Amino acid sequence: MKFGVVVFPGSNCDADCFHAVQAATNEPVEYIWHKTDNLEGFDCIILPGGFSYGDYLRVGAIARFSPVMDAVINFAKGGGLVLGICNGFQVLLEAGLLPGAMRRNDNLQFICEDTFLKVENNGTPFTALCQENQVLKVPVAHGDGNYYCGEETLKELQQNNQVVFRYSDSTGEVTPKTNPNGSIDSIAGICNKEGNVLGMMPHPERCAEELLGNADGEIMFKSILATWQRRVR
Amino acid sequence: MYQAKIYITLRKSVLDPQGSAVTKSLHAMGYDNVNDVRVGRYLVVDVDTTDKEAAEKQVQDMCNKLLANPVIEDYTFELAEV
Repeated sequence: MKFGVVVFPGSNCDADCFHAVQAATNEPVEYIWHKTDNLEGFDCIILPGGFSYGDYLRVGAIARFSPVMDAVINFAKGGGLVLGICNGFQVLLEAGLLPGAMRRNDNLQFICEDTFLKVENNGTPFTALCQENQVLKVPVAHGDGNYYCGEETLKELQQNNQVVFRYSDSTGEVTPKTNPNGSIDSIAGICNKEGNVLGMMPHPERCAEELLGNADGEIMFKSILATWQRRVR
Repeated sequence: MYQAKIYITLRKSVLDPQGSAVTKSLHAMGYDNVNDVRVGRYLVVDVDTTDKEAAEKQVQDMCNKLLANPVIEDYTFELAEV
């Protein structure tokens, strides 16, 4: 299986993603410069965190028009696995691959801390190895992670099981207190209807090795590989 | 040439955390009669054309595709020949 990590000007979690994927899956990974328009040979594309284009205008707004994004959209429409983390999630929203938009955090602060995520859907390719309602400890680091969507979209997300992660406490209880940024319905991550595109604000690549004191994020990369192996066989 | 002055703000239905913070600060300063503040962006875009209608359509397109995010933002603009 071959992973690709897209590099926009201003991406800063690309090397972390590259390393985490390699360490968790032992599969080949390549960087993909944002000017590339051909994704042939890749099985999973990761849009990493960072501040693409300096977050000018709106987070993710300018990166969405990088040449690589048309290829990512085609890749996703063909069923390819796409994971957007933090700024990558924001780019997926701007590109229309996922519904909704990001607002400034409701406390107006840049939040950099561990959060607990309740896995609300372990049927996606990205969470396939998680137990039902498993709780993962994964750090967030963002200023614009306050997810918003209209009422109808929210209803659709809920009905189709597209809410994959909610901010919770360590036991999996979701309350207003466990919501760090004001996100509607405590949403930390969503997928598209088909389940092959996932966006999340927390950073699994920053907690994918015991060496770093927390390996909870590793299960996502292992899930992607397991799903791919099931598909190929 | 035409110049568009574009104003982008969060939609009324979307909570504006920056606007709320500014409102609170103004209240603390004694401006009790401030009811609401919306923080937005202001862009000035020069379009090289003599056709006003074409310029208007272009600016609208730009706003819908890139300059504003219709999920959370509203925009208005004024167009003037310069």
